Amino acid sequence: MTGESGATDVVAGLTDLAVWFPTPAGVVRAVDGVSLTVRRGETVGLVGESGSGKSTTGLALLRLVEPTAGTVQVAGQDVTRWSRRRLRRLRRRVAMVFQDPQASLDPRHTVGASIAEPLAVHRLAASGAARRDRVAELLDLVGLRRDLAERHPHELSGGQRQRVGIARALAGEPDLIVLDEPIASLDLSVQAQIMNLLRGLQRELGLTYLFIAHDLAAVEHMSDRVAVMYLGRIVESGTPAQIWREPAHPYTAALLSAVPVADPPVQRSRQRIILAGEVPSPIDPPTGCRFRTRCPQARPDCAQTDPVLVEIGSGHEAACLFAGEAVRAMRAQPVNASSP
Amino acid sequence: MTNETVLSVADLTVTIGTRRGAARAVAGVDWSVRAGQTLALVGESGSGKSMSVLAATGLAPRAARVTGDVRLLGTDLATLSAAGRRRMRGRHVGFVFQDPMTSLNPVLTVGRQIGEASEVHLGLTRRAARARAIEMLELVGIPSAAERVDAYPHQLSGGMRQRAVIAMALVCKPDLLIADEPTTALDVTTQAQIVELVADLQRRLGTAVVWISHDLGVVAGLADTVAVMYGGRIVEQGTVDAVFAEPAHPYTAALLAARPDPDANVTELVTIPGTPPSPLELPKGCAFWPRCSVRGDSRCERELPPLVPVAAGHQVRTFYPRQTGEDR
Repeated sequence: MTGESGATDVVAGLTDLAVWFPTPAGVVRAVDGVSLTVRRGETVGLVGESGSGKSTTGLALLRLVEPTAGTVQVAGQDVTRWSRRRLRRLRRRVAMVFQDPQASLDPRHTVGASIAEPLAVHRLAASGAARRDRVAELLDLVGLRRDLAERHPHELSGGQRQRVGIARALAGEPDLIVLDEPIASLDLSVQAQIMNLLRGLQRELGLTYLFIAHDLAAVEHMSDRVAVMYLGRIVESGTPAQIWREPAHPYTAALLSAVPVADPPVQRSRQRIILAGEVPSPIDPPTGCRFRTRCPQARPDCAQTDPVLVEIGSGHEAACLFAGEAVRAMRAQPVNASSP
Repeated sequence: MTNETVLSVADLTVTIGTRRGAARAVAGVDWSVRAGQTLALVGESGSGKSMSVLAATGLAPRAARVTGDVRLLGTDLATLSAAGRRRMRGRHVGFVFQDPMTSLNPVLTVGRQIGEASEVHLGLTRRAARARAIEMLELVGIPSAAERVDAYPHQLSGGMRQRAVIAMALVCKPDLLIADEPTTALDVTTQAQIVELVADLQRRLGTAVVWISHDLGVVAGLADTVAVMYGGRIVEQGTVDAVFAEPAHPYTAALLAARPDPDANVTELVTIPGTPPSPLELPKGCAFWPRCSVRGDSRCERELPPLVPVAAGHQVRTFYPRQTGEDR
């Protein structure tokens, strides 16, 4: 997803990013050639199943994992080789909200201390009083009562803890917030609260988000642009409407057809494209197209050529040799293989 | 396939003693499931959906006090000894939980674990049990079953493990399958495979299924009847079509509206303020009133609304049932 507009409004970007992890079983290619641009004020959604590399991609933007190849740019600067010392500055520019606020908040710290920590680290408050004022302001922003500053994380509900995680991320006034599955461990009624809060804060403060989730409906709802990942690569990107209504990559189409819809007659009679088997090992991805081993429309060419993202419509890209055509063929003749 | 009731619970109540006092996890719950049918229990954390099923099948924690009438295949479980209950459960009920590793022993091969139940409950020999295990692995769609039978759980992927657990649950051809959030930990494409698999096996074997889930989309596709739980009680129940098309309880309606619908293109999602109540601190009266958008008068605060019919086979526990056609 490379934008054509000026470089000034680009907040963060990845170019041909690869993140490989050596393991005893071999080199895991968690991210294997991802390019992504995030512009000021927008939400880019990154969706994929486990092992797709979406979380690793998010971590790379904060340099919390080391890129094996490619570059990471934040606020116009190439931070790929920044030293540990300089990275502290980067981590003020890019903040992160994690899935499980129980795990990401120090249980011994009060809520106030957790939110104040980035203020101290980045020297953002002149005095203790200034810090307390800022904490109170941040609590207001995320819709928590000020007296909760004295509480510990275990005294809060899951939704309240996630609000604290968001307040902490806002503390340094970052250019970009990476939200890694921020609603996945919350109850349904609380998920909607957090999504509304995130969108409200974005409108109010002009925030920029990278929203990472496996929940396609939530990603569509939250994002201005969506990138679908499979086995370390972006296989399709576009506007939520393009992805939802005109998916061009067979994987996107299969993923969409697997998302359950809370409408009994519709859900019972839907034509589903059930994928056979499971995601192959990222240690030894298939040759050619990585999706071909599960693709109901795989053809001989797919084993030979590794497809790159090609623009198939305005701002809509897909990495499939038979983009569009393959999905039309699948939908005309749905494959219902319930066993691999 | 017969129409007989496989499991029924009446006035089921579960109270759990904790250091912070008595938690009323389930209060006066009635439901039943027939052969070949699927009952879905829907609710958020702490609603009592899992606990009601664990209590009904005798698997509630030791600290729990369970009262009420539970009948499995017409037998009142209270009249049986502990050993009798265990035998009955082992022979007639299969379980699939969210995390397959709760059911699998990491140091035994999947084949041994699948075969074990048929040795104990069907009196099969070790050799026959192994053959049965291979047959079951094939049935649940595990490729090269004759080799995988000797695999250890860690050698299988998450989706394959859950298939192995389903094989284990169904090896004695139980009359009832309890599925407690069986697809929650799985990816959406794997979830679709597992839902399809269970539905297919149910059609072939005529099993009754109690499916516990917080995912309304999954439930929409597989349930015949639904019971929505909140604060330990059923707040709405009926056929899946009636409950989803015409939710009569403000909670059900709000839950259905809280999910983003990419086809609807709304900016602000409908939310329910606050969080689900803890079984330790349940409000008096209607448990939902502190979060309710309807909340008519102080009666909701004082009095527990009864479960009343709104249509044939559709009941709701509220003083203010929503009218058909009202906006969600």
